[in-house]
Amino acid sequence: MCLAIPGKIIELDKKKQNATVDYGSGTRRKANVSLVQVKIGDYILVHAGFAIQVLDKKEAQETLALFKEMLSLAEEQ
Amino acid sequence: MFSLRDKQLANDIISQITKAKVDLRFMHVCGTHQDTLVKHGLDVLLQKCGIEIGQGPGCPVCVTTPKEIEEILLLAKQGKTIATFGDMTRVPGVTSSLQQMKTEGCDVRTVYSVEDARSLAEKYKQKEIVFMAVGFETTAPTTASVLVQGPPSNFSVLCCHRLIPPALQAILQMGELQIDGFIEPGHVSTIIGTKPYDFISKEYHVPQVIAGFEPLDLLMSIWMLVRQIQQGRAEVENEYVRAVQPQGNRKAQQILHQVFEPVDVKWRGFPMIPRSGLRLRKEFEAYDALKKYEDEIRSLSEEEFAEPTGCLCGDVLRGLISSEQCPLFGRVCTPENPVGPCMVSSEGSCHIQYRYTKR
Repeated sequence: MCLAIPGKIIELDKKKQNATVDYGSGTRRKANVSLVQVKIGDYILVHAGFAIQVLDKKEAQETLALFKEMLSLAEEQ
Repeated sequence: MFSLRDKQLANDIISQITKAKVDLRFMHVCGTHQDTLVKHGLDVLLQKCGIEIGQGPGCPVCVTTPKEIEEILLLAKQGKTIATFGDMTRVPGVTSSLQQMKTEGCDVRTVYSVEDARSLAEKYKQKEIVFMAVGFETTAPTTASVLVQGPPSNFSVLCCHRLIPPALQAILQMGELQIDGFIEPGHVSTIIGTKPYDFISKEYHVPQVIAGFEPLDLLMSIWMLVRQIQQGRAEVENEYVRAVQPQGNRKAQQILHQVFEPVDVKWRGFPMIPRSGLRLRKEFEAYDALKKYEDEIRSLSEEEFAEPTGCLCGDVLRGLISSEQCPLFGRVCTPENPVGPCMVSSEGSCHIQYRYTKR
């Protein structure tokens, strides 16, 4: 039920209510983006046809490095 | 899109958890977490490290009560067009299910989004469209978003939305099982943020970690819970930082509070949980199916509806037994012929267990 799929905004209507979202592998669908503040190129999480949050690209790219750092710090203690 | 796979890292996490030599029981409340745990065999792997993980009431379809199902069945029988998410149509009520009623000529539509239900109301002006709204904090803002736009007057909502933090508190208050930590649902948390969980750690001294849905997210969250326990801490930590901000999604929270107010409701398998449900505020009463069709469904108001005979979904949802401990699991109760909702929903722990281990 709370499944949400990440996708990239490739088109946005003037009112910023609806967007075309690219989910990769050529899958594109419309999503309602009225619950978030977005611009073209943002990565969003889409749940039941609505974007529920904008993904933090920097945090996403650094997640693995962060995990590794946390583990190595714990190992040293 | 954002790859989060690293075998060496997974091994390192497991190795540190193993070294900790623990004997712990964690609960999560999310079907998608259960799917990741069972699909990748993490549940079995973690058992070997002394950690049992169970799914609590984290499946909105499963916790919908028999009475709510009877209400929607009655409205279907009276000729309303029912729109809801796919899994909901298959949940058996006392006498029937929405899917069964569809074969008998009732108008039941499966929708992907509340917007699809609103479109039905715009397209079929002569029909009364009732959207059965299930889902937690993740889904409730989407229903609210359609209601604030003023949908057509032939559109209404049977509101079965529920809230996660009050259910966590109810489980701890019932005290039926040992819970050493909660793995909190990542997508509910994208909306509510981290604060609404604080009181659980403060009042009950239970560590919590908000988790994402990749195998590494869950392993890391479990490692974070173990660290809290080793260090004697009980706090709310956020592993899913790429999607969950401490303050959550303010816009979604605002619209949720504009349309809904908290209400005491029962959950399947639970007694009344204070302020754990949502009902439409007075300004939106015209769209509230419970008010709009009050006379039609009044006959159900005093009735008590029992669980299906032999069904232990209530015990599964309270985390008291695993799916496989239910005598009906995989024998009488299968995804093709489900007895209870936990075997119907793709988010239900019985369905997930069957999907990955019985086929």
